[in-house]
Amino acid sequence: MSSEETSEKKTEEPKAEEKPATEKPAAKPAAEKPAAKPPPKKPAAKPAPKEPEPPAFEKSIADKITEKFGENTSVSFVKPDRVGIKVNRDSIHQVAEFARDVLNYDHVDSVAGVDYPADKEIEVVYHLGSYTDSSLDRQVLELATRAQREEEPLPGRDSTKLPSLRDIFYSVEFHEREVFEMLGVYFEGHPDNRRLLLPEDWADLPPLRKDFRNKGR
Amino acid sequence: MIKDLITPQNANVFVGKLGDILEKAVDKPLGYAINWGRIWSLWPVHIETACCSVEFGAASSPRYDVERFGIIEAFGSLRQCDLVVVQGTITRKMAPRLRLVYDQMPEPKYVIAMGACAITGGLYFDSYNVLPGIDGIIPVDVYVPGCPPRPETLIQGCMLLQEKIKRMKARKFV
Amino acid sequence: MSKPVLPPGLAIQKADERIMTLNVGPQHPGSGHMRIIVQIDGDYIVACDPDPGYVHRGEEKMAEYRNYTLNVPHLERPVIHDSCNILYPYVLASEELLGLEIPERAKYIRVIASELNRCVYTMYWLAIYGIFLGHSTMFMWPAGDRELLIDLLEKMTGARVTHSYFIPGGIRNDLPANFEDVCLRQVNYFEKRIKEYADVFYDNPILISRTEKTGVLSRQDAIRLGTTGSVLRASGIDYDVRKKEPYDVYDQLDFQTNVMKSGDSYARSRIPWLDMMESCRIIRDALQKMPKSGSVRVKLKPNPKGELGSVYKRVESGRGALGCYIVSDKKPEPYRVKLSVPSFRNLIALPHLLIGEKLGNMPSIYWSLNYWPVEADR
Repeated sequence: MSSEETSEKKTEEPKAEEKPATEKPAAKPAAEKPAAKPPPKKPAAKPAPKEPEPPAFEKSIADKITEKFGENTSVSFVKPDRVGIKVNRDSIHQVAEFARDVLNYDHVDSVAGVDYPADKEIEVVYHLGSYTDSSLDRQVLELATRAQREEEPLPGRDSTKLPSLRDIFYSVEFHEREVFEMLGVYFEGHPDNRRLLLPEDWADLPPLRKDFRNKGR
Repeated sequence: MIKDLITPQNANVFVGKLGDILEKAVDKPLGYAINWGRIWSLWPVHIETACCSVEFGAASSPRYDVERFGIIEAFGSLRQCDLVVVQGTITRKMAPRLRLVYDQMPEPKYVIAMGACAITGGLYFDSYNVLPGIDGIIPVDVYVPGCPPRPETLIQGCMLLQEKIKRMKARKFV
Repeated sequence: MSKPVLPPGLAIQKADERIMTLNVGPQHPGSGHMRIIVQIDGDYIVACDPDPGYVHRGEEKMAEYRNYTLNVPHLERPVIHDSCNILYPYVLASEELLGLEIPERAKYIRVIASELNRCVYTMYWLAIYGIFLGHSTMFMWPAGDRELLIDLLEKMTGARVTHSYFIPGGIRNDLPANFEDVCLRQVNYFEKRIKEYADVFYDNPILISRTEKTGVLSRQDAIRLGTTGSVLRASGIDYDVRKKEPYDVYDQLDFQTNVMKSGDSYARSRIPWLDMMESCRIIRDALQKMPKSGSVRVKLKPNPKGELGSVYKRVESGRGALGCYIVSDKKPEPYRVKLSVPSFRNLIALPHLLIGEKLGNMPSIYWSLNYWPVEADR
């Protein structure tokens, strides 16, 4: 059925009977698939040929958060199945509580720390998912918050601190310990901010900071 | 008659000479016998340090079966073992523990470095937490290259170690 | 018999002197390169502190120095016996960042490779579970039978365990000639063979008495702790990323997920075995529906640059949902790669389950969490 697929990249179109396999990135320039059917289980809008509209269900999640918290939050992206919210450092606790109690997100998939030395900030991204709410099966909510970054870090004793979400999502316990040792972000309220993966005598910079260079690189 | 020959003054010399004679007469066959025993009862410690342990496990599976070469796979206690197979990457956290394991083993003991990471650091040559090979921690007898080595390669490494033991001086440590 | 007279230093005076700290690992008779510090009162565990990190190799830092294609070999090393699945989210995410649309045939081949790999992983896990419980037959049978599937993967990819088969843009090479027939025959034999494991292992009264009702993880706790994969499905939550968020062609294939309600070690050890039978179904279905010819990858420019932004993708691996978060800043190298690995997520359940259990139940609980230390440490 797809034997006519040639080496040209742009010509392959999904056939009418084939559903789109995974979530298609709607934020891409949508020249590749002008007539795609909407994905099966989503009340999403049809991707328009030019500037694609953000899918409706995901947009409603983002709207709920921004309505509630106003300018403390901002939407960074709304893609199919993925919603990215930027949250202020002070209101991350309330937003997480709102996501758990009202939006039914019940666990954290991962906590990723990203270092931005140019902005003098360290971003911590919480990926929230839900097991109990079947409408959120495909959804991942990304809550990104930023902590101040210091040039000469003293992990735990400098201003690089964030409120811990462990009392809201218990599953962040080891993830936050990992972010603490890898980037030096101290989580206030975490009962157990110990070292997890690195050797006990590690005295260097936190290794995932951008100013830490691997040897020979 | 011997009683007359030995006086308190020359007893030490006489016993020493007798020892030399005995050693020349006995040591070679005895050493051969000891080495023969060591070759066919190599017991590796069950210390798994990284992903090469998957292939180490496969080496004792029915298809490869290292036990037919006299290597009883990894069921002994530390105090009964005489072989360390370092299965892959040694990180900075693991290195003191590896040395601790090695120090607790009785003599004689042999080391096989399995996989590129254990030899030079391998794929992780630029990682901040990986040692560039285990030569700095423990002496290595046989290097088995590969990432990971196939079970056949590991078995060949074990046989090379057996060849090496056969030529070693058996009573080095007595 | 009179009361035994202990020397004064050895007599136990206070209750808290009875508590003993025990280090399990990093060298221990089971498997795994992690330390579990347990405190025991008599035979019961009263506190547990897992200490991973003995294989922390800094994969995420290394990924910042290599371009999207060169990251493939070292990112699969954390789970070399499940290497297709651990590469899957990375490859999906980098394809979205690089804007690649991969051919249909490559998607099917990816599904076949990843299901074969799931079986290979689970068989190794099962073999070690046999060692943990002192069941030597259960080491020998799966360790021997997984070589069948390794042969298949070796035909496909050229390597026994480290395949590096998935690359951004498709797969590295097409299937060899006559692969479908060989695959079908071996998978059929494999399925027949693993059904026999019920007789020797899963219906074995010794196994049942050692694992049933030990380490019970309730449904609420499984959600609260954010566990994933077989641990989650053993506690009665039907969540499988292949069903819930189908990637590649999983929405066109016919399979079901396995759920058990009891949440004990027995359920956790049975779910991966049932999943292997579903994997065989998926492979047969995919072989049938796969386009018989066509290209298997799109050509990449040298040093392709990812578009600005971040992508989070997840797949279902042999141990559970595996996510990959890539941040790109329009450079050939990713700005940040974060692997959200199921072993690390399930680790949090270990202290939760061990406290209150007997020390003798520790091996069966620890390994039933489907924990692979190299993956958790990355």
